[in-house]
Amino acid sequence: MYELPLLTAAALLVSFLAGREKTLRAVRIAAKRFVAILPRFIPMLLLVAVVLYLVPERVIARYLGTENLWAGVLFASLLGSVSVMPGFIAFPLCGILLAKGVPYTVLAAFSTTLMTVGVVSAPVEMKYLGLKVTLLRNGVSFLIALIVALAVGLIFGEIPR
Amino acid sequence: MTRQAVARWAAFGGIALFGLLSFVLDFRPGREMAANFLAFAGEMLKVLPWVFLLIGLFEVWVKPETVERHMGEKAGLRGHLWASLLAGTTVGGLLVALPVAYSLRTKGAGLAVVFTYLGASAITRIPMTAFEASFLGLRFSLVRLLVSLPLVVLSSMALGAYLTKRGFQMRGEA
Repeated sequence: MYELPLLTAAALLVSFLAGREKTLRAVRIAAKRFVAILPRFIPMLLLVAVVLYLVPERVIARYLGTENLWAGVLFASLLGSVSVMPGFIAFPLCGILLAKGVPYTVLAAFSTTLMTVGVVSAPVEMKYLGLKVTLLRNGVSFLIALIVALAVGLIFGEIPR
Repeated sequence: MTRQAVARWAAFGGIALFGLLSFVLDFRPGREMAANFLAFAGEMLKVLPWVFLLIGLFEVWVKPETVERHMGEKAGLRGHLWASLLAGTTVGGLLVALPVAYSLRTKGAGLAVVFTYLGASAITRIPMTAFEASFLGLRFSLVRLLVSLPLVVLSSMALGAYLTKRGFQMRGEA
């Protein structure tokens, strides 16, 4: 995992050459955001640490697709649709689950529905778009998420061709 | 610090003490949970500083206003491209994107482009994608983006055309 530090270093260098002041401002923004967000990680990490200790691996395997990929995709996409979680929490969680052996396909279904399908935010969306368009939009988003999961599964070789 | 923050840090402190005591007294469940926590926290700290630096750079260099100017009714496919770019700069989720979408609509953006913006704001946000790529890999993010973005644009075009024909009106904050 050297890509990220290298990419960031390159971006910083280019930015610094293009504008010293702006780059310093970017670093200050980064530091401020980082410090502000750290306490919000702790509850998530605590929860995951406890839950992963209490929930045996075979339960994760059964519901998140290590045994049955399609059941996992279905369960994960429904879970993603009804959950609300910011990306900075959801993706670290996905990383932890990946290390536990949960397939990419299932994580794609979960993370994509989480971001695109909003059951909880539907009432607000309806204020702007009305019931019918909200349903249409979220329905289409759910289908797109399933297609994304399928594509990820094929490309990562988790779905036998 | 607010009272809430004090309470939160007190709770964290209590939990940390529990973890520490578990090691000292050799309480196995506590020890294992603490080890889990430290391992995850370490992983996160290896990635997060880089992600936040990228986010900072992005905020300093990309101005949403320049993007908004390119999204008029007749912008065509380009309008969709700009809408996806603008979506990349959106912070927060749908609750932020909806009012922005409404203001874009009132400023003359086409319905299809507005739907692309709404859809894309869920999938192209740069900070979010940076997190995704850090924890699931760049290949995962690329596959996800390259598959979902065209589908969002296509479905938005269809939805926009259908609703424009039926004289659909978007409402502001009720």
